[in-house]
Amino acid sequence: MAIPIAVLSGFLAAILAACARGRLLRISGWLLAVLSFSLTLYFLKLLVDLGSGPASRISIAWAPSLGLNFSFRADGLSLLFALLISGIGTLVVIYAGDYLKTDPHLNRFYAWLFIFMASMLGTVLSDNLILLFVFWELTSLSSFLLIGFNHEEEASRSAALQALLVTGLGGLVMLAGIVLLGATAGSFEISALLSQGAALKASPFYLPVLLLILFGAFTKSAQFPFHFWLPNAMQAPTPVSAYLHSATMVKAGIYLLARLSPLLGATTEWLYLVGGIGLATMLVGGFLSLLQTDLKRLLAYSTVSALGMIVLLLGLGSSLAVKAAMVLILAHALYKGALFLVAGAVDHESGMRDAARLGGLRKAMPVTAAAGALAALSMAGLPPTLGFIAKELFYETVLELKGWLVAAGFLAAVLTIYVGGVVGIEPFWGKPREMPKKAHEAPPGMWLGPVLLSGLGIIFGLVPQVVGSQVISHAVASSYGSSLDVKLSLWHGITPALVLSGITVLCGFGLFLARRTVRRAAQSLSWQWGPDWIYSQALKGLNGIAAWQTRLLQSGYLRIYLSVIILTTVVLVGSPLASSIPNITLPSIEARFYEVVLAVVIILATIFATRSRSRLAAVAAVGLVGTGLALIYLLYGAPDLAMIQFAIETLTVILLVLVIYKMPRFTRLTAPPERLADAFLAIAGGALMSLMVLVVTSYPQVLRQTPYYVEKSLTEAYGRNIVNVILVDFRALDTLGEITVLSASAVGVYALINLISPAVKEKIASLKRDQVVRSPMLRTSARLIMPLMLIFSIFLLLRGHNDLGGGFTGGVVASAAFMLDAIAANPATTRAKIYLKPRSLIGLGLLVALTSGVVAILSGLPFMTGLWLQESVSVLGKVGTPLIFDLGVYLVVIGVNLHILLNLMES
Amino acid sequence: MTLVLAVVIGVLFAGGLYMMLRRNLVKILIGLLILGHAVNLLVFTLGRLVRGSPPLIPDGSVTLAPPFADPVPQALILTAIVISYSVTAFAIILLRQTYLSLGTEDLNLLRTTEMTMEDPASLDEPEPPA
Repeated sequence: MAIPIAVLSGFLAAILAACARGRLLRISGWLLAVLSFSLTLYFLKLLVDLGSGPASRISIAWAPSLGLNFSFRADGLSLLFALLISGIGTLVVIYAGDYLKTDPHLNRFYAWLFIFMASMLGTVLSDNLILLFVFWELTSLSSFLLIGFNHEEEASRSAALQALLVTGLGGLVMLAGIVLLGATAGSFEISALLSQGAALKASPFYLPVLLLILFGAFTKSAQFPFHFWLPNAMQAPTPVSAYLHSATMVKAGIYLLARLSPLLGATTEWLYLVGGIGLATMLVGGFLSLLQTDLKRLLAYSTVSALGMIVLLLGLGSSLAVKAAMVLILAHALYKGALFLVAGAVDHESGMRDAARLGGLRKAMPVTAAAGALAALSMAGLPPTLGFIAKELFYETVLELKGWLVAAGFLAAVLTIYVGGVVGIEPFWGKPREMPKKAHEAPPGMWLGPVLLSGLGIIFGLVPQVVGSQVISHAVASSYGSSLDVKLSLWHGITPALVLSGITVLCGFGLFLARRTVRRAAQSLSWQWGPDWIYSQALKGLNGIAAWQTRLLQSGYLRIYLSVIILTTVVLVGSPLASSIPNITLPSIEARFYEVVLAVVIILATIFATRSRSRLAAVAAVGLVGTGLALIYLLYGAPDLAMIQFAIETLTVILLVLVIYKMPRFTRLTAPPERLADAFLAIAGGALMSLMVLVVTSYPQVLRQTPYYVEKSLTEAYGRNIVNVILVDFRALDTLGEITVLSASAVGVYALINLISPAVKEKIASLKRDQVVRSPMLRTSARLIMPLMLIFSIFLLLRGHNDLGGGFTGGVVASAAFMLDAIAANPATTRAKIYLKPRSLIGLGLLVALTSGVVAILSGLPFMTGLWLQESVSVLGKVGTPLIFDLGVYLVVIGVNLHILLNLMES
Repeated sequence: MTLVLAVVIGVLFAGGLYMMLRRNLVKILIGLLILGHAVNLLVFTLGRLVRGSPPLIPDGSVTLAPPFADPVPQALILTAIVISYSVTAFAIILLRQTYLSLGTEDLNLLRTTEMTMEDPASLDEPEPPA
């Protein structure tokens, strides 16, 4: 259980750090350092335990059906990386506390740093590939946030985006590889996969899996041609560069290669792909570092080169090569982390980091200078440092192979010495020079890290046996696939490797001495057409395409959107439907003469509505269509629908006339050809729907729910009107949703009418006309009819459960009654007649409906269960909560209607 | 009868879509209304036509003997009628407010007559419809 806690504690710490302010922030910096230091000790303990037992593993099921588990495993390789992450993390947290002391967003920095640390630990400790991927992506995200920490600067933002896009693209490709690997090998658990190397290599999917996973690893570890994001990522604050971009994140790809090499490695493809890319990266990074004078960019390119060297070694894959790779990972993290922190301290104290203009800081910053010198010593591969041992092993490996490989390795090593000298030595020696700030020794927090890291590089070099047997041997065992005896030593006697080392140091030193000439030569060179250029062009192209297609599709004209939708539907739905035309058989229900007449009337009314130039005539025609529909409903067994359709049609026409009355006559706005095209499209849409009706009704009907409703309607819901029972009982929750939507539309209407600028209100007031109809006959008859309609509506509500009617119909009839009154007399008197404000009526209705459902909860039944009294109540018959619910519906419908119509009449 | 209603549905959809493609706001509103009718009739017809047998359980019986009209599409249409009414009400009011504040009912002109709250003077002379 301890490993998941160790991994996840960082996320918790990040949340706490994000909330810290002021003094608390200062303290939280130290607490975070203590946390990561304890993690370091914990991983050290696990490493020591490895000597006496198997690697500890823990697996918690997450989504087992997907092969996804919270599996963690701490073997030698994982622990080597975990120690680097937590150990250097400790020093970086302390360093950042001083480096960003005055930054207002230090808490944010801590939070992101710890999200990164936890994700990175998760990546190297995961025993499940999907889980590893999740953490892997989290490191990309947190790296994005950290690179863009100075988000006010354009350069920071674009560098952060670049790193995210490159590593994110790689992660996506890698995910495809992981899924393919899991599907081929049958598991996502790494420890289970490792034994299946032979089977996988025989599979036809081996090459795709290899290519996809390598793509992810190479983008993350900044391998050629994806190396360009790493130097640009130097826009990040220096602690981030030291931590993410030299010691940890960029090594995630290397971790993955080392982790999967027993599974994927030792094939020709692996040798040429991994070795070849590593070689290219090593040389490209080395040469590009010659062109730099900015301390951080120098280090970045030399990091690219060193990563290439490690990848090359893993590609070669011999036991010696893996051994060399592991030592190099450790040595590189120590000296490169130290040098980054030194570069940061120089920048912080002198105000600049241009190697060509720095010099003589030794006196002002003696401790930093010493740390820089020690780190440079290790980087140059001089004894007695761990860097020396790493380089000896590297040379031994390549000397067993081809001569040109030795030459390439030699070149890279010479260039590495040059960078070490320029960053670790040059700023501190020579004559003191003019700098933007008067330099002082860095605060203790900022020299502690460089001193410890560079010091460890020397100490490890002095006790190589301990490092070899306690650390490297376990890591090599994990990566090579079988245990190897690792004996590291400083002195092997006079070997070809030692001689080559000597020559390397001499050449490297020579190059360092000639640095001014090198820089002059470098200035005349400049590349423009590199991968960075391709990246920016690709990004520009992508944005261009996005803008172009947006302009194309988002025209802003409703009719164009609609045309696209109609056309797409007609083509996509029409083509499969067309193939069913021969199967059409019509149901045997004959049309009677009056039904055909009715249909013709509806058709003519529709055509008239589209052709009419008078708004009122068009509205009347639509009303006629609605009425015709109501008659069809009535004829075909839906009297409820007919009733509500009649009532709603009346209200709609009132509403339309109230509004449209004041608008001008229709004018022809579009040219005839356009109208013809629209008509053609509309007819195609209509024909499609006709065809669909014919095709669908040719198939036998499958009733899924109806038999249940029919059977239970009377026996369990005590209602004979099945439609009403469905609405207020079986599907009452849907109806509750629906009356809520109704109420929301009333709120929307209210907002439209009242929440407008005073200027518009004034204008509307000036346009106001009297809407009251002055007709004594109407007033008199309204006075008579209105109470009758109201009584009828209550009658509809009450009997709705067993016969035609119900809350909706009753509510609409009651609304019509009130509207009649409002039109005949005036809205104010109508308001007086209802006592309640319409919006209170809506609220009351919702409350009643909701309460009727809650009653069931109080009796321990699910929400909206219908409860019934045992005894019948005189005229009403059976009484139960669904009837109360229907009352709520009734009230909401009245409230919404009156709210809309009265407001409209008054405004 | 199914064939007759299929034709009616086709005409309603064609009419509704054609009106929705207009530039005049009122016409779009009428298109919306016709489309609402079209969809309701479509659902009704797809639920199969049964003449004259509403889903009401007669007195003295506990269940319904076939043939009867399917109550499920009816319940759907009943709610659809009420909902489309509230949508219509909202659209009508939106239309009215747009017309009153911007002085045009031409969709194409709405892009250029965006009202600024600071400049009520721009309201005084609405652009004449093109």
